[in-house]
Amino acid sequence: MPAVQETVARVREIDVDQYKYGFVTDIESDRAEKGLSEDTVRFISAKKGEPEWMLEWRLDAYRRWRTMVEPDWARVDYPPIAYDELYYYSAPKSTPGPKTLDEVDPELLRTYEKLGIPLREQEVLAGVEQRRVAVDAVFDSVSVATTFKKELAAAGVIFCPISEAIREHPELVKKYLGSVVPTSDNFFATLNSAVFSDGSFVYVPKGVRCPMELSTYFRINERNTGQFERTLIIADEGSYVSYLEGCTAPMRDENQLHAAVVELVALDDAEIKYSTVQNWYPGDAEGKGGIYNFVTKRGDCRGRNSKISWTQVETGSAITWKYPSCILRGDNSRGEFYSIAISNGRQQVDSGTKMIHLGKNTTSKIISKGISAGRSQNTYRGLVSAHRKATNARNFTNCDSLLIGEQCGAHTVPYLEAKTSTAVFEHEATTSKISDDQKFYCQQRGLSEEEAVALIVNGFVKDVLQQLPMEFAVEAQKLISISLEGSVG
Amino acid sequence: MLSIKNLHASIEDKPILRGLDLDVKPGEVHAIMGPNGSGKSTLSYVLAGKEDYEVTDGSATLDGEDLFAMEADERAAAGLFLAFQYPLEIPGVATMTFLKAALNAQRRARGEGDLPTPQFMKLVREKADGLGISTDMLKRGLNVGFSGGEKKRNEILQMALLEPKLCVLDETDSGLDIDALKVVSEGVNALRAKNRSFVVITHYQRLLDHIRPDIVHVMAKGRIVRTGGPELAHELEARGYADYVGEAAA
Ligand SMILES: Nc1ncnc2c1ncn2[C@@H]1O[C@H](COP(=O)(O)OP(=O)(O)OP(=O)(O)O)[C@@H](O)[C@H]1O
Ligand SMILES: [Mg+2]
Repeated sequence: MPAVQETVARVREIDVDQYKYGFVTDIESDRAEKGLSEDTVRFISAKKGEPEWMLEWRLDAYRRWRTMVEPDWARVDYPPIAYDELYYYSAPKSTPGPKTLDEVDPELLRTYEKLGIPLREQEVLAGVEQRRVAVDAVFDSVSVATTFKKELAAAGVIFCPISEAIREHPELVKKYLGSVVPTSDNFFATLNSAVFSDGSFVYVPKGVRCPMELSTYFRINERNTGQFERTLIIADEGSYVSYLEGCTAPMRDENQLHAAVVELVALDDAEIKYSTVQNWYPGDAEGKGGIYNFVTKRGDCRGRNSKISWTQVETGSAITWKYPSCILRGDNSRGEFYSIAISNGRQQVDSGTKMIHLGKNTTSKIISKGISAGRSQNTYRGLVSAHRKATNARNFTNCDSLLIGEQCGAHTVPYLEAKTSTAVFEHEATTSKISDDQKFYCQQRGLSEEEAVALIVNGFVKDVLQQLPMEFAVEAQKLISISLEGSVG
Repeated sequence: MLSIKNLHASIEDKPILRGLDLDVKPGEVHAIMGPNGSGKSTLSYVLAGKEDYEVTDGSATLDGEDLFAMEADERAAAGLFLAFQYPLEIPGVATMTFLKAALNAQRRARGEGDLPTPQFMKLVREKADGLGISTDMLKRGLNVGFSGGEKKRNEILQMALLEPKLCVLDETDSGLDIDALKVVSEGVNALRAKNRSFVVITHYQRLLDHIRPDIVHVMAKGRIVRTGGPELAHELEARGYADYVGEAAA
């Protein structure tokens, strides 16, 4: 797609090193107290210059959250999170970050090298002190963003930080925020509703095909998103938008808990394609220091003939808890979920999707590829349901697991609920291992053992990789190889 | 080229190769025949470096280089090629992709750069045409859904592309119809060269009618028990292995 190439080409033109590290705020004076109270919520809202209605919305979520308990049904295991010990806004380092790259996990550095990330950028990604905040500030002013904005504005597309949207487009935010993931939805989503720091807002007007892939591709910009990210994307009637989230470079963050919420709304004949590459720091060899990623992603096919497609490549985080879902409300609407979830070392992944068929003739497709290596645990959890009125609902699910080594686990937990006899659900699942004979065959042709495993795995995930925009797919392929390093031998 | 001395190897503590000697000079074609279970495939795996096989004694060198000191992929890069008796399937990896990965891995190991894609494509096309391998097959997953004969032809294609020094063919003729046998043999013959040698493992004279060996060996119970010229193969065809099985056991 030309739009992608253009975006990528422009992003490439920016040389990270050419920007000076200006400095803006003293973070010490710009943070909320430790712990979570109504005051914290008020503080965050005030910092963002939010209107009263938004504060009330947050407070409502906060009060609900206080009454909720953390879910424990996922197949993940972690020590209790001390919510009152966390910082919820502009969290300063609770422990001092590394002073130089010499203090950073050498494994992480090796990965950066493999991905060809410039040194300066490595420092930022690794969270080396002094650089971090400054870089965010600098990149806010980067002209490329402005260039993009002009082009989008010409098409009538709104693409801005959600905090800006709350101020500039309150009518849209009021109408759609929380309309897909209600503030009361689940423990982590409710927490996010109370304290979300920032995220993206997209509105594509009627009949507009967004002129470029909307992307937070630019790695450094990612630093902005913080631990409680909130994204809202609305595709008005007959519009189309493709949004790329995340980056291939593993990022370190001293905030262990991440709880994002993403809401998508597709009106009549609209289509949203949402692609993610998630590569948060998985922790060291013992699993220490890795990110806990509890994400609520949901798309609402609100209009007739609308379509929402989720594609995800999950390789990072110590714990992943994530079920991008589609509510197929509009008649003839379609939901798709393509997923590659890789776990290695001590990672724990519990991920999958929900396809909720409410409208007539709704269709959905789920292709999930789980790869477990090392001592990791990888669970696919999927729900497909058809409401009484969802006549002729169709689902096809294909769920494959690949095991590398003897100490990992793969689990498949499908739930099916059909309240109409006209629904047809098809489910295929396989579990396989990379055989020694396959590896030997590749090695006999000259590939190293690691290259052999990477090749076989890339073959295994091919159907999903094809769903990613070209440029992203190439990076994702490289990332998959890197994620599996050390899984053999 | 290949020099094997007093090779002993076992699998799961079970001795399979028991004092095998073999000397293959540059440009020569050697045939190895022998009853089922005598260790022919084992020999090919041990040379190629398959895990699970333990070399308990003896040595093997390729152009003076100690094979057993190298990993399987290093042996491949050093010029050892094994055409498998049962080629493996790798779903989702296009044959073309696999060929490119293999060729470039070997080139890199030898300190040469990757072959530019257009040149690579041209090269593959040329070699594939000669073996009657269609473009469609090159796009399909490696060996996935290939017929037995197609798999064997695909092995020869890889051999042609990788241009090894020593080619070990393990029952490449099994499962081939008469026409395919011809195509495959021609493919092999086209690769015969002054400084390339072949070890052809087979049960049948018919392959040796096409690929004419310089030397024929009989293998039994993990050793070479007799060596002769092409006429030895005819003799075996007529008389079977009864003599040798007894001899080696004694
Ligand atoms: N993994 C294994 N574990 C135990 N024994 C094995 C294993 N692989 C091979 N063997 C044994 O080693 C012996 C030699 O087997 P090999 O496959 O080398 O024979 P071959 O000469 O190639 O026979 P064929 O003509 O049938 O192909 C056989 O007795 C076989 O059962
Ligand atoms: Mg055999």
